[in-house]
Amino acid sequence: MIGIRTHISPPGLLFAILGLASLLVPFMTLAANRIVAGEGISVLRIAGPTITAPGVAAVTIGLAMGLIAKWTRLRLLGAVFGLAGLLWLLSRSAPILLSQAGEYARVSPAAGFWCLVVIFMLLMADALAALKPGPLMRGILLFAILVALVLVLRSGMLSDLSVLQEFSSRRDAFFSEFLRHLGLAFGSLAAAAVIGFPLGILCHHRVALRGATLPVLSFLQTIPSLAMFGLMIPILGWLGSTVPGAQAIGIAGIGFAPAFLALLLYSLLPVVGNTVAGLASTPPAALEAARGMGMTSSQRLLRVELPLGLPIILTGLRIVLVQNIGLAVIAGLIGGGGFGTFVFQGLNQTATDLILLGALPTVVLALTAAILMDILVELTRRTPEETV
Amino acid sequence: MKTGRILRSVLIALLLALVLRPDWFVPIFAPFAPDGGPVIYQRASMLSLSLSHLGIVTLASAAATIVAVALAILVTRPAGAAFRPLSRTITNMGQTFPPVAVLALAVPALGFGAGPTLVALFLYGLLPIFENAVTALTSLPRATTQAARGIGLSRLQRLLRVELPLALPVTLTGIRLSIVIGLGTATIGSTVAARTLGEVIIAGLLTNNTAYVLQGGLIVGLFAVLIYDALVQLELYLTGRMGG
Repeated sequence: MIGIRTHISPPGLLFAILGLASLLVPFMTLAANRIVAGEGISVLRIAGPTITAPGVAAVTIGLAMGLIAKWTRLRLLGAVFGLAGLLWLLSRSAPILLSQAGEYARVSPAAGFWCLVVIFMLLMADALAALKPGPLMRGILLFAILVALVLVLRSGMLSDLSVLQEFSSRRDAFFSEFLRHLGLAFGSLAAAAVIGFPLGILCHHRVALRGATLPVLSFLQTIPSLAMFGLMIPILGWLGSTVPGAQAIGIAGIGFAPAFLALLLYSLLPVVGNTVAGLASTPPAALEAARGMGMTSSQRLLRVELPLGLPIILTGLRIVLVQNIGLAVIAGLIGGGGFGTFVFQGLNQTATDLILLGALPTVVLALTAAILMDILVELTRRTPEETV
Repeated sequence: MKTGRILRSVLIALLLALVLRPDWFVPIFAPFAPDGGPVIYQRASMLSLSLSHLGIVTLASAAATIVAVALAILVTRPAGAAFRPLSRTITNMGQTFPPVAVLALAVPALGFGAGPTLVALFLYGLLPIFENAVTALTSLPRATTQAARGIGLSRLQRLLRVELPLALPVTLTGIRLSIVIGLGTATIGSTVAARTLGEVIIAGLLTNNTAYVLQGGLIVGLFAVLIYDALVQLELYLTGRMGG
């Protein structure tokens, strides 16, 4: 008995218990139209046994495969197996549920489904953490997951779900808000880098400037996002109406400009702070050696301090990118566009699917950006951490 | 240091005036209001909105602190060590979730009102506190923990008298991060009908009344900056007291 118990992974056991419990929670929701609250339907009633039996079996087997601590690859496979089971249940039951309901009926996944998705993703993450894949492998995995996601969405097997019905009725708007969101997040990141790097380098050399800049930037960072976005409106509105030509290049109280400026202000602290920290992280011996070789101070900066500080500087950019992707949602409130447009429209109309149409892509985008930047940071790390 | 103290008292006075005597600011905000429109938000008193706002943040942060510290103690004991890689993954990935998205996703599950805001604040607030508490509990000076064992303290005594007090300053940094994020997220909470100061800003945005936006934005911003500053001072005091 003790022999077996030591082989069982405690997180795996927790996932199995939570996963089986999630099967008892409503798996799908059926609503009469897109506004009213739906009625939860248990996994056993979403379709006939020819559909539910294989699906539930796949989920249960997937959870069981996650139990043995040492068989990490089996645990990973269990997560994939379980997710495939969930996809089967979702795609097969949706058309059946819809065919039994009224014309405007909407069907969507419910709490039970989402809990199981999270549990299998955590199982996957737990197994992956034990496998310790290198940066290249992680990149391939991320790419494979994203491709699988796109293929599933494009295949039309989920097109009966209400989120995707919401998507198909505003396909063009979705892609233009997507581009707008990327423009806000990456544009402000680029602007912050252009301003922040030189400022960081200056702060590295001038202690007095550093003492004045960093506290101001960290106070800016604490201002709640809604207040920051709101306060940009009078400032830019005033600029737009007083500075000649400002309106012509799009500077106005509402829209893209105030959202962009607010994001830029939030981005400065991580960029400047991490540039200073990165430059300061150069080992004194390396600096000594560079000086001994007769390098000028700008040569030292470009050839020694910047390359060695690059991982820390990139970490700052990672923080900014993930933060901006999230904060750009607020732009939807001040007419700045992006996925926030759907989120806040959905909140106004109490249309859950519209909220999801804005929130889910934002989450996927933020996670993807975080994983990609982590890989980049690891690739730029020249010396192993232990030897520093 | 001295200019800092003067600036702090000026900001506190400004905040108190904005919350308690909003009418004083009519001449300043009037140019931003639409012609003939109201200048000062009248639908609710600033004081009640502030108290409700701070109440939501306090409740969520207190709950998040208790749960996060308990979980951090759990995964740093031998019995919970198997959960540590998983908990690290969850905190890393969880923090990439935008707070607004967490709030928006809580609505389908919990409906409108203070409920989803509290849950979103609580869940999101857990992560920085947990992360910092685990870091603090796993990086205690070895000499100290061994000395505690050497003088015969039991596991529980070591936890309560040595490990937790030493972990306090770093944990407090996590609590500060969580409170600052919470103040911001609670502001957005008014889009899901929680009673917070965000209501004033949203009302201004919906009616094109920049005076409201300024009024709400200034109060929220001042609260955030002053609370952040107070918590930093508290951390400095505690670190100093421990000779860190």
